Amino acid sequence: MQGQINKNGELQHLLTIEGLSAAMLHHILDTAESFVSVTEREVKKVPLLRGKAIFNLFFEPSTRTRTTFEIAAKRLSADVINLNISASSQSKGETLLDTVNNLSAMHADMFIVRHAQSGAAHLIANHVAPEIHVINAGDGRHAHPTQALLDMYTIRHFKRDFHELRVAIIGDIMHSRVARSQIHALTTLGVPEVRVIAPKTLLPKGVEHLGVHSYHDMSKGLKDVDVLLMLRLQNERMQGALLPSAQEYFKYYGLTPEKLALAKPDAIVMHPGPMNRGIEIDSAVADGPQSVILPQVTFGIAVRMAVMSILAGS
Amino acid sequence: MELPQTRDVLEKLAKDIRIDLSADAVLVGIHTGGAWLAEELHRMLGLSTPLGMLDISFYRDDFERIGLHPEVKPSDIPFDVDGADILLVDDVLYTGRTVRAAINEIFDYGRPARIRLAVLVDRGGRELPIEARFTGIRLDLDENRMIDLLRTDAGGLELRLRPGN
Repeated sequence: MQGQINKNGELQHLLTIEGLSAAMLHHILDTAESFVSVTEREVKKVPLLRGKAIFNLFFEPSTRTRTTFEIAAKRLSADVINLNISASSQSKGETLLDTVNNLSAMHADMFIVRHAQSGAAHLIANHVAPEIHVINAGDGRHAHPTQALLDMYTIRHFKRDFHELRVAIIGDIMHSRVARSQIHALTTLGVPEVRVIAPKTLLPKGVEHLGVHSYHDMSKGLKDVDVLLMLRLQNERMQGALLPSAQEYFKYYGLTPEKLALAKPDAIVMHPGPMNRGIEIDSAVADGPQSVILPQVTFGIAVRMAVMSILAGS
Repeated sequence: MELPQTRDVLEKLAKDIRIDLSADAVLVGIHTGGAWLAEELHRMLGLSTPLGMLDISFYRDDFERIGLHPEVKPSDIPFDVDGADILLVDDVLYTGRTVRAAINEIFDYGRPARIRLAVLVDRGGRELPIEARFTGIRLDLDENRMIDLLRTDAGGLELRLRPGN
């Protein structure tokens, strides 16, 4: 399989955090820092990707991720074409690779791919011509690397050093591509203690092999934590008998001010969105002083600008 | 070729600028050598106006060929560019492409009243119609020679001549 690193050691595609070096992750975060200053200017655009055609290929609905990729590409002066594929050719029976072939024939320079199947972005990356770059914007339960990168940017922004931190990921670890990418990023960047907190039914077997400590009890798991990474509880999990009810889940795992008080007093709370208020997070926390959920969104644009320009320049 | 003392070139440049600098002029250095030079000139001229720094990586015209510079630094323009009298500072003026990129970037912050250019070394070889208003020294260098500014551990600036790539 063709990897995401090319023969010169540069990032050709961004498919997963797994296997990327700490130096590469910091390079992306440092580049993003320069883009943050661009987005604070009068003219929030740079001419870097002028004339490039970037296709947002979303086979699964998404508002925030698609929008922030679109804004990021536009701020790099690229042309962005949004394709909501579930509503078009796939329903007419066209295969994934046929769709990609057709778009390549329209001189695409980059594909940003969101797909319900794990490995979809890899498949496309293996198939496209060498001058085309692919970014995985979430594939099944596998990976969501730009989300993890913007989370790392946010942590670095507020906490500076990864080497002293205790980080907890809370919620549906089992079905979460975000959690998987976060765990790889945190351990690569040298976070000494990564915890996952979830009911047994939402923790995958063998999660300890990823280098994390698992907890089923918030009162133990949140003790002395610096960073809380909340996950979205997908409503469809309720029907699969994995959880008794949303109320029950909120009682034990919903982040309330009382539970947050168990963490360090200066702990920050993050969430990839969209939030289910009153299920995994209480509004008093989501809108409270320790929440950095909106800065995450802002940083997400700069991080995606960094990834796109590093790929396009490789 | 013998390089003159960097200190002498700096003194000469600072002297020329002092005669012709308006009271509200602001210095903007181009990362990296130009930023060091701007800091040094700011100190030598005893200026109290803000000091800006540009990293022109996002405006380079060779991105297609060489990609993104591996060490991009954030640009920092801590003043209102609209109506500003800007003295752009770089260590070496060669093809003029860096200055072109810097001017483009400044205009994305606003519309300055004026931009002038100060360089420590003008080595000729221009590929664009760009000239410096203030020049420390003109050197006629062979195409295969490189000249750049270094900062010593003690914080001093030193011109260095070396074989190019």
